Amino acid sequence: MKALIHLRDLVKEYHRGEESLRVLDGLSLDIAEGEFVALMGPSGSGKSTLLNLLGGLDRATSGELTIGGLAIGELPDAVLARWRADHVGFIFQMYNLLPVLSAERNVELPLLLTDLSAAERRRRARAALTLVGLEHRLSHRPNELSGGQQQRVGIARAIVTDPTLLLCDEPTGDLDRKSGDEILDLLQELNREHGKTILMVTHDPRAAERATRQLHLDKGELQAEVR
Amino acid sequence: MKLARVLRYLPLLWASLRRRRVRTTFTIGSIFIAFLMYALAGAMNHAFDQGVQQAGVDRLMVQQKVSFILPLPASYLNRVKGVDGVERVSSANWIGGYLKDAREQIPTFPIHAEEYLDMYPEMLLPRGERQNFLDDRTGFLVGRAVADAYGWKVGDVVPLKSSIYRRKDGSNVWNLTIRGIFDMRDEGDSRQLLFHYEYFNETLADAQKDRLGWIMVQVEDPAQSDAIGQRIDALFANSPAETKTQTERAMAQGFMKQIGSIGTILGAVVSAVFFTMLLVSANTMAQSVRERTSEIGVLKTLGFGNTTILSLVLAESVLITAIGGLLGMGAAWLLGVQLGTALKQYLPGFAVDPVTLVKGLVWVIALGLAAGAWPAVQAMRLKIVDALRRG
Repeated sequence: MKALIHLRDLVKEYHRGEESLRVLDGLSLDIAEGEFVALMGPSGSGKSTLLNLLGGLDRATSGELTIGGLAIGELPDAVLARWRADHVGFIFQMYNLLPVLSAERNVELPLLLTDLSAAERRRRARAALTLVGLEHRLSHRPNELSGGQQQRVGIARAIVTDPTLLLCDEPTGDLDRKSGDEILDLLQELNREHGKTILMVTHDPRAAERATRQLHLDKGELQAEVR
Repeated sequence: MKLARVLRYLPLLWASLRRRRVRTTFTIGSIFIAFLMYALAGAMNHAFDQGVQQAGVDRLMVQQKVSFILPLPASYLNRVKGVDGVERVSSANWIGGYLKDAREQIPTFPIHAEEYLDMYPEMLLPRGERQNFLDDRTGFLVGRAVADAYGWKVGDVVPLKSSIYRRKDGSNVWNLTIRGIFDMRDEGDSRQLLFHYEYFNETLADAQKDRLGWIMVQVEDPAQSDAIGQRIDALFANSPAETKTQTERAMAQGFMKQIGSIGTILGAVVSAVFFTMLLVSANTMAQSVRERTSEIGVLKTLGFGNTTILSLVLAESVLITAIGGLLGMGAAWLLGVQLGTALKQYLPGFAVDPVTLVKGLVWVIALGLAAGAWPAVQAMRLKIVDALRRG
């Protein structure tokens, strides 16, 4: 299968004064289109940093990083923002919904950057919320929803632009087991039935088992791989 | 950003404003007060300016050089009339006119009637009433504002008193018959009473006879006003009553300068209020952006570019000032309509004029942009990773 994500000798260093901290140390990795990859590892192993680099939220210190053949690290900020809007969906551990907006308005947010009409934006937002089973919670605000429901809204927001890649940062980390399982079911469905490529950071081995491939990262280096 | 694109963000902006309702309400309240004061100060200035605007440029005023309150000899009238370039002349005296209480004076002037009426076409008077006034030496003309205030009508006889002049018999009362009620063009100040100088002068005690307060001169060519003024002043140079001649508008401006300090004080107060409002709004926006650091990070993660974030914060700031400013100016306009009617007799022209409102709109936008500038730049510069971590 064609590699969607291609990493070679990827290095990420942070500097604080004279001190330099290497978080990713020459990472090389390929992820094919349509894969569901779980990324595991202890705290500080570089999981979230890798996720940030793949999402174009941060830039690597050195190395090669291409997604869909595009070297995203070389894109100017404005182009990179546009690329994120078009190609990547983000799912956060704490959902990161805007508390002042309804579920529907939250899901509509990424569509504000498109040229779609208001009616079409609303139609797509409702379709996404229907896909995650929240068609009856359109006008509810985040504080009126359970954690699992908020995460479903977060997923609906991530998929509403129909991105190629979903990046999930511990999506079940703040949920009880039942809600967590439902979210994982949903991610599996998005992977299998909608062909989304998913990279999921998790500490939970049970969650990782849902993925088609498990990567273990430690001290910025790839340690083990389970298929 | 195009307008349509801005409009699609309105629900987001509106929701942001409602996040801290009490704080937003207080901020909008302070902006409301600032623009209310601004527009009312504008209405006051409009009232002050109106007198100057109505003053003619083709009319000169001749007064005593030493002081406006010192009289001119009546003989000056014909001498001024004979100066090259002078078309017609009239005169007026300030007599301190009143009805019952000398503290409630009404601007009352004995005039050379026919010339005066010809010189002031802005006085709107029915032709019949004009003729009746000219035919009756004891008649007088009443401005609409005064007639309305006292409920007078044509034909009424009014005992007018002077706080300055005395009749031969020692009385200070002139019984005058109203022969006409006039309006001023463009709703100008009509708080005046006018009557015949000849009659007035004949009734005076000898010591006060043959005095003119000032002489009004209509010139043939307004472009020659300065030269004619110099010729008039030269005519009376080195006499016991030297003159100072200036255009009516310059004289009105000079008079307004004496109360101009009120305008300056008003301007200073409004500036201080605007500055305070700017600090309040900027503080509100800074707090608002600080509280939403992680949300700004999320928006950037979703693909909102730095320019879009900058524009959104600025738009939110302008929206706050626009709501407060428009409400404030709207309230001032309504107040202006009410007060303008109530104060018509004392402060004609008190109204919030369109120029003030348009300038106000510019201020609304400028202050909104200024208040939001620094928070917007901070939001724009925010790194996504840092913003999400702070959340």
